[in-house]
Amino acid sequence: MTDELAIEATGLKKSFGDVRVLGGVDLRVARGTVFALLGPNGAGKTTTVRILTTLTRADGGRALVAGHDVDRERHLVRRSISLAGQYAAVDGLQTGAENLRMMGRLAGLSRGQARRRAGELLEQFGLAEAARRRVANYSGGMRRRLDLAASLVGAPSVIFLDEPTTGLDLPSRQVMWQVIARLAGDGVTVFLTTQYLEEADLLAGRIAVLDGGRVVADGTPADLKELVSGQSLDLLLADSAAFDRVAARTAGRALRTDRDGLAISLPTDGTAARVRALLDELDPERSAIRSFSVHTATLDDVFLAVTRPGRAAARKEQETTHV
Amino acid sequence: MSDALIMTSRALRLSSRQLDALLTSLMLPVLLMLMFVYLFGGAIRTGASYVTYVVPGVLVICAGFGAATTAVSVTQDLSGGIVDRFRSMDVPGPAFLAGHIAASVLRNIASTVLVFGVAYLVGFRPHAGLAGWLAAAGILLAFILAIAWLAAAFGLLVKTAEAANALTFVMAFVPYASSAFVPIATMPWWIRGFARNQPITPVADTLRGLLLGTPVGSSPWAALIWCAGILVAGVVAGGLLFRHRTA
Repeated sequence: MTDELAIEATGLKKSFGDVRVLGGVDLRVARGTVFALLGPNGAGKTTTVRILTTLTRADGGRALVAGHDVDRERHLVRRSISLAGQYAAVDGLQTGAENLRMMGRLAGLSRGQARRRAGELLEQFGLAEAARRRVANYSGGMRRRLDLAASLVGAPSVIFLDEPTTGLDLPSRQVMWQVIARLAGDGVTVFLTTQYLEEADLLAGRIAVLDGGRVVADGTPADLKELVSGQSLDLLLADSAAFDRVAARTAGRALRTDRDGLAISLPTDGTAARVRALLDELDPERSAIRSFSVHTATLDDVFLAVTRPGRAAARKEQETTHV
Repeated sequence: MSDALIMTSRALRLSSRQLDALLTSLMLPVLLMLMFVYLFGGAIRTGASYVTYVVPGVLVICAGFGAATTAVSVTQDLSGGIVDRFRSMDVPGPAFLAGHIAASVLRNIASTVLVFGVAYLVGFRPHAGLAGWLAAAGILLAFILAIAWLAAAFGLLVKTAEAANALTFVMAFVPYASSAFVPIATMPWWIRGFARNQPITPVADTLRGLLLGTPVGSSPWAALIWCAGILVAGVVAGGLLFRHRTA
């Protein structure tokens, strides 16, 4: 319960009926930082956000947000946070300005304060011209920006953004990224969920990868990239028979295999000696591998390495054989 | 309390912008009344001018239509995610529901006034004194409030706006099997039991008696007990369902 932590979750568990969604999630987010919870669909990201924002009760575990317990002090938590969800939670039949004024009034602002705050936010989010239009006529990107603006009316200290860019086209996504980056600059803590590695890499100082209801990796983007040995060796095989032979010899070490594309990727430290040894080991006949390339691991490699069943275990095994 | 006021003004603004739905709920009762008076009324013998007999029935059915709109609005809010935002802003569930209910009641008062106005134009001449008017308004308001809560609870129960709309059909048909449009004595024996013992009958009988200045017997009490029962059921079910649906 240190003051530097905006969010501290320990052993969060949640099941819906027989389906276990979270199996003991631990998270620590420092004040004033951007934290990304990264994971594929169904990993439990939204459930985690709902628990941290007091909308859902956890079955087990404990979480403090802005220093308050999400279960026993939910009203105090709600006064410090805001939530922008996957679905823009604004009224289509109200104008942008009306939506923001309403949210401002609900956040406890007076009529005049709410009007001023709405004006500021509309300006800040590039919606001033659309202020008097009904939200039903907004584009998807505009709706998301308004939704984000609505979550800021009460000047929260922790902002939860649940997949803020899912379903947006690239230009709208880039605008959202700018907006989120600016929030972080203002000293607000941002907790973001995303399926996009690029987004997490770009915005977040720390990332936790959630898969199957557990945190399978966490650290800075650089830490995570390090998990996959920094470099990967990408092989292009001659044919499917060659693919099968080499795949059998990789013994679960592969980061990625693509039988249709005849491609296999393996972790490596990038040294010539290690690459030569790997090539010799996997292809003693010197006919199976057509070509190879070495590249620095991206977060995609990390994601694939840690989120696929069996991959994490395989990676550990590989680490121990080489350390 | 101020949250409830904000929610009410939101609900009113939203319904004022669903013009087609608003006009339907305002015009339908009037058209229904005109249809009964001019198309069916000539063939129905109620012992007095038919418009005089039918107005209370129209008021009751009008309340039903208005409430059904409320069920749809509640369902839409719940599926749209805005309720999560309200909850994360610490808006209490009762304030959210109260907003919808207050808007529903206000819409209903507007359509009731419209029905009275048109009824007067087509020959409805009530003989109530001030006390009678006040009592009639009180009973009607109690009924409107009770079924608005029931409708809100129904809106929380179903998952889609289409399903919520099913309430319109219930609200549109149950009044026919009551004393609202024709005397129960003219109905076949097997339906009379239902017609005598459902809430619409005492409400319609009370309104009719009060407005025309004729004896009402025990029907005001029956009407009030029904309204209180429906109200309590609606409030309790609404509270439980809100917690369940948003947990």
